[in-house]
Amino acid sequence: MPEIQAPSARLVTADVQPYVDHFDGALSRRLREPQWLGQQRLAARDALVAMGLPTTRDEEWRFTPVAPLTIRSFQPATRGAIGRDALHAMRLSGPVAAELVFVNGWFAPALSRLGSLPAGVAADSLSAVVARVPAVIDTELGRLARADRHAFAAINTALFDDGAVVTVGPDVAVDGVIHVLFVADAPTDAMAVHPRLLVRAGANSRVQLVESYYGTAGQVYFTNAITEVTLEAGARVDHYKVQRESRQAFHVGLTHVQCDRDSRFSSHAFSLGGAWVRNEVTATMADQGAECTLNGLYLGDGHSMVDNHTTIDHAKPHCSSHEVYKGILGGPARAVFNGKIVVRPDAQKTDAKQTNKALLLSDLALINSKPQLEIFANDVKCTHGAAVGQLDEQAIFYLRARGIGERDAKGMLVHAFAGEVLDGVRLEPLRQRIEQVIAADLTAMLAGQGTV
Amino acid sequence: MLEIHDLQVRVEEKQILRGITLAVNTGEIHAIMGPNGSGKSTLANVLAGRDGYEVTGGSVTYKGQDLLGLDPEVRAREGVFLAFQYPVEIPGVNNAYFLRAALNAIRKHRGLPDLDAVAFMKMIKEKAKELEMDPAMLNRSVNEGFSGGEKKRNEIFQMAVLEPTLAILDETDSGLDIDALKIVAAGVNAMRSPDRAIIVVTHYQRLLDYIVPDFVHVLSDGRIIKSGTRDLALELEEKGYGWIDAEPAHA
Repeated sequence: MPEIQAPSARLVTADVQPYVDHFDGALSRRLREPQWLGQQRLAARDALVAMGLPTTRDEEWRFTPVAPLTIRSFQPATRGAIGRDALHAMRLSGPVAAELVFVNGWFAPALSRLGSLPAGVAADSLSAVVARVPAVIDTELGRLARADRHAFAAINTALFDDGAVVTVGPDVAVDGVIHVLFVADAPTDAMAVHPRLLVRAGANSRVQLVESYYGTAGQVYFTNAITEVTLEAGARVDHYKVQRESRQAFHVGLTHVQCDRDSRFSSHAFSLGGAWVRNEVTATMADQGAECTLNGLYLGDGHSMVDNHTTIDHAKPHCSSHEVYKGILGGPARAVFNGKIVVRPDAQKTDAKQTNKALLLSDLALINSKPQLEIFANDVKCTHGAAVGQLDEQAIFYLRARGIGERDAKGMLVHAFAGEVLDGVRLEPLRQRIEQVIAADLTAMLAGQGTV
Repeated sequence: MLEIHDLQVRVEEKQILRGITLAVNTGEIHAIMGPNGSGKSTLANVLAGRDGYEVTGGSVTYKGQDLLGLDPEVRAREGVFLAFQYPVEIPGVNNAYFLRAALNAIRKHRGLPDLDAVAFMKMIKEKAKELEMDPAMLNRSVNEGFSGGEKKRNEIFQMAVLEPTLAILDETDSGLDIDALKIVAAGVNAMRSPDRAIIVVTHYQRLLDYIVPDFVHVLSDGRIIKSGTRDLALELEEKGYGWIDAEPAHA
């Protein structure tokens, strides 16, 4: 293996300079890392310098300028301390097989619960796995989320401090939920955190996974997360993402999934916080008979911006995908939805269905919504539907005419709108938690609007 | 209970009601008949408080208060019920859940405690049975995928549950076959009470064979041009609305 080289002399542009500085500043800390990881980080750093941050000239970022992010100067995350009481509201109740807590990107073993995992299942911090079993992790990390193709993947790869690794062995069914909880708490500096989650579900295994992001109210910080999930043949993974960052936070979350033969993946992504949010979910149907569900619900209020980009890549025949994304926007909030479905020439008998709907609760809210079907096979079934609308005045009157107050009537209709996505949450305590968060936000949203 | 005095209403610059005066007392059933475009549904909607109707003159007093000054939900809580001509489909809102929220909002207004879920379900199942409604409809979304007849039956069912003091049935008979009409009429008749008034808005006499009104009013071009008893409805059935429109000219 070649020696780690000095960073290349390419000119570093201002947009990526802070991250290059963070990289340089962390070099001494990384000395104990294995060489393969150092190589990956350096390659990512160089890729970042070469790519720069995306601009609105990039089709994938057309409606999402990164300027709000670049005008702030984020510091590298420092270890934080989160109280057990504060953590309590973020923990998952119900049957939990393991709960891994990360504070500012660092694993917090004292706050984590790893006790009740069945044989064949491993959940640990990335740093521990790197130190213990580098042989597996070196080819897995960054295999789906390629640092040479995405600036934020490059930033994460160059800079992540820690993360979680979940491995489920073949034929193992995990009864409880595995919860990976990322908490941000930076009372002073605006920090950048780069969490990382790597999941491998072995053949015919079954696991439910919750990935949560919580922040401390009022704090400005930047979460730049990567999740990579691989499902081997016949595996079944239900993945829930709950993003409840502070209202001032920035959040970029890249989720990459690979579904092998006859596997089933479901994603339920709830984007409920943050001022500037970009979620990407990319699922590749890599072998026949795979099935995936990508559902999402996002809320936007005030001057927030939330962007959801999804890609389902049907690479092989006889796979199916179902996608439902719904957005609720109040105030002058902005949103972007881009749902790409690629059906490759080989992927005959693909069955893909996409629905995206947005509900605008104010005249100022705005969404740019785009279904993007790229179909290169001829014997396929692909449908998509998009709708943007306001609350149905007829329905509001109907409810009011039965005695239900105007705000309750609107709340009921918004809840009904979100219902299709909420109903997909099979974990009852989690669904209740999400419903509470949404109900609280809606009350604020509807109260903030004189007219709808 | 209800006193409508010289009510004038405009919809999008068009004068629809040109001075309606009508008094409805408790225990009475009034039928409002008239040809299409005479203003029947406008009257029903104005009483319920629907947006888009501009009251340009007159007054409506209900139980001694100015009805037109109340929000629709407050009217409902005070006992006004409109059975919609076109019940709205509300996907994702469960019928029973919605009705319980409505009932409890009304109860709260009257200083009564919430009805708990068990007592509520028992009560609505009984009411549904009386109206020969499929109990499965209770757990479906409000009116979603209901046939025309099912929607109308659901309106009467809601009325039975909410027990209003003033019920306004707007063309409840339209879209009903004869069997459904009989069931709906039986539901309405079961609601007849000395404490309650009912206004039946209809184009056809047919419904009045089953819901026998105390008074019949004929509306034409925004005015009540004739009032009478049930016989007036029968006469209308026989001679058509043309007879009544023509009559003032002969008088």
